[in-house]
Amino acid sequence: MIVGVGGQGTLLASRLLGHALLAQGVDVKISEVHGMAQRGGSVVTYVKYGEKVHSPVITQGEADVLISFEQLEAARWVSYLKKGGVLLTNTQQIDPMPVITGAASYPQDIVGKLKALGADVRAVDALALAEQAGSAKAVNTVLIGLFSRLVDFPEETWQEAMEACVPPKFLELNREAFRLGREAAC
Amino acid sequence: MKKMMLGNEAVARGLYEAGCRFVSSYPGTPSTEITEFAAKYPEIYAEWAPNEKVAMEAALGASIGGARSFCAMKHVGLNVAADPLFTASYTGVNGGMVIGVADDPSMHSSQNEQDSRHYAIAAKLPMLEPSDSEECRDFAKLGYALSEQFDTPVLLRLSTRISHSQSGVAPGEREEAPLRPYEKDAAKYVMMPANAKGRHTVVEARTRALAEWAEQAEINRMELHDTAIGIIAAGTTYAYAKEVFGEKASYLKLGMVNPLPKQLILDFAAKVEKLYVIEELDDILETHCRKLGLAPVGKELFPLEGEFSQKLIREKMGLAPVPFDEFGEQIPVRPPVMCPGCPHRGMFTVLHKMGLTVSGDIGCYTLGAQPPLSAIDTTICMGASISGLHGFNQARGEESAAKSVAVIGDSTFLHSGVTGLMDIAYNQGISTVIIADNSITGMTGHQENPATGYTLKGDPTFAVDLETLCRAVGIHRVQVIDPNDMKALEAALKEELAAKEPSVIICRRPCALLKRKVKPGKPFVIKPDLCRSCKACMRIGCPAIRMTEQGAVIDDTLCVGCGLCKPLCAFGAIAE
Repeated sequence: MIVGVGGQGTLLASRLLGHALLAQGVDVKISEVHGMAQRGGSVVTYVKYGEKVHSPVITQGEADVLISFEQLEAARWVSYLKKGGVLLTNTQQIDPMPVITGAASYPQDIVGKLKALGADVRAVDALALAEQAGSAKAVNTVLIGLFSRLVDFPEETWQEAMEACVPPKFLELNREAFRLGREAAC
Repeated sequence: MKKMMLGNEAVARGLYEAGCRFVSSYPGTPSTEITEFAAKYPEIYAEWAPNEKVAMEAALGASIGGARSFCAMKHVGLNVAADPLFTASYTGVNGGMVIGVADDPSMHSSQNEQDSRHYAIAAKLPMLEPSDSEECRDFAKLGYALSEQFDTPVLLRLSTRISHSQSGVAPGEREEAPLRPYEKDAAKYVMMPANAKGRHTVVEARTRALAEWAEQAEINRMELHDTAIGIIAAGTTYAYAKEVFGEKASYLKLGMVNPLPKQLILDFAAKVEKLYVIEELDDILETHCRKLGLAPVGKELFPLEGEFSQKLIREKMGLAPVPFDEFGEQIPVRPPVMCPGCPHRGMFTVLHKMGLTVSGDIGCYTLGAQPPLSAIDTTICMGASISGLHGFNQARGEESAAKSVAVIGDSTFLHSGVTGLMDIAYNQGISTVIIADNSITGMTGHQENPATGYTLKGDPTFAVDLETLCRAVGIHRVQVIDPNDMKALEAALKEELAAKEPSVIICRRPCALLKRKVKPGKPFVIKPDLCRSCKACMRIGCPAIRMTEQGAVIDDTLCVGCGLCKPLCAFGAIAE
């Protein structure tokens, strides 16, 4: 399950995943949110695979892995994670409008609290790694690189997925972002 | 080799494979991508029409002209196109005609959650409902076969979850459907009373024939496993139920949701111990079962509102819940917001400051209703900002007209706002209308419209001149303002609100995401030594500005350098 803030590029991440999964010969369903729900709002994409997938959505307590592009979104969606599941989160903080207007405050030490829930939390500064690769927009590929460590797909699968989903002029940058995510310390 | 496809992409693939030649649509989430994907096939003529009624009429015209045709819309778009829909049912088709309609349970991006199946019943049209991408492709193709076999337009019902989910589809080849000959047939195509009476008889006979077909159709299938529980479902709910029960229940999976089979349902009911009907939104399948004398468990258990899921079905049918942990603290909501650099932000800042009553419309600018701008009083449907304001002001008088405006986007104005403007001019109203012209159809993800100068296929074309159009319908006071020049906009509003005749202010600035017109500027910065934390810059609700204990900070990954915030700072802390 991939969550983030509209505009962070979560859709590319789910496309990369879908492409890589289909190459493993499994049944895949991906469900995403378009339209009004993007616009800087909380966005969620469900990615499911297995011998046969029926429902395209994930509900509370079902996700094996939660990939979060932003800390607060990790907290918002953690209930969707299976008990003891893996939570990969970018440590970036993007204030939602109620925090900007002062109507609410951004919770402190989210990563610590998520760990206390018993989730296997792995937090990285994906924004810094993306910038290191050449663009802040590559947060998505950094996080997919981080995810790639959890599964034993051959390296070519990921490279082919990037070739299929990323425009050629950004391919090198994304390969680098993927590598940085795959090798990130966390 | 299977390819991951969105439901919408798979529908477009089905159109292609079925030899469809003509597509006309108006964008609407979650239906939009069908037409965008269809436009990528050179064999298909595809266009954006100004609204859904025009799109459906054009598609019907293409069908009468002998081509396989298609139009797509969201559920509320079908309201706009309902007029041709009901009579297209009488005329029937020449080339096959399929109408895609995408419902939005849970209203991810809509103003209501109506159930389009009612239209199929009311207009007496067959309706197919796929439950994954492969079926989206297959049912689109089947739609053409049924359309030509039964001489009827065919509705293809989608929903957000089907349209916007990807699953594997094995693409097939295109089978050309040659243009059928056109022969004048007034009794079939001229729907005046004498002819329409005859056609209504044809429609009733067709419905009986389709109901017979539904009894035997492969797409209406029984899956018999454990018969303690029998579930009748279609579309999304079939997938959810299957996920919960697998082979621990039996299913009647309905691919055609109108007309519904009788004997097949009775046979299924006889084979199972307890019968459930699981359907999102209204109780259409359930009501049909009750008419057949069955007593299924349906809406007494399942809601009439919102999307379903495997969780909801587990919960309602008394299965053990899946355990999970919650964060356990209040988490601030993250509603959608106007993008950094959005041209609507300046406009709503001025409207909010002036305390005007704002008659809103459908588009990104509906976000102006939310805090901190909170600048919209009403939002009903496409075009209602202008006509609604006219009624409001005629009811409340001149004083009201001096304190109120309508706000409508360029695409929405052309869709159905211009008729409201005619109403104001013709009936000598004095209301003030703002057209927020951002040079694109924004909310649905950047589609061209008749004012942008480009077609769906990307070819340059004539662009509607909004100023001339407003003048032509009788509005003599027309101004064009850059909404980021908030002083100029405020002055223009004061002038036009005071005028004792109707006026239009065109707030013209391209969408901040429109790459062909806007290059993101360098981010602005806040000089910490000059910032006094007065929060004046926070009033515009820009997601790139946030407060810290050291003062306001601009996020340089979000800021596009529009400069709207700069004049708000009395201490000169905001700099380029």
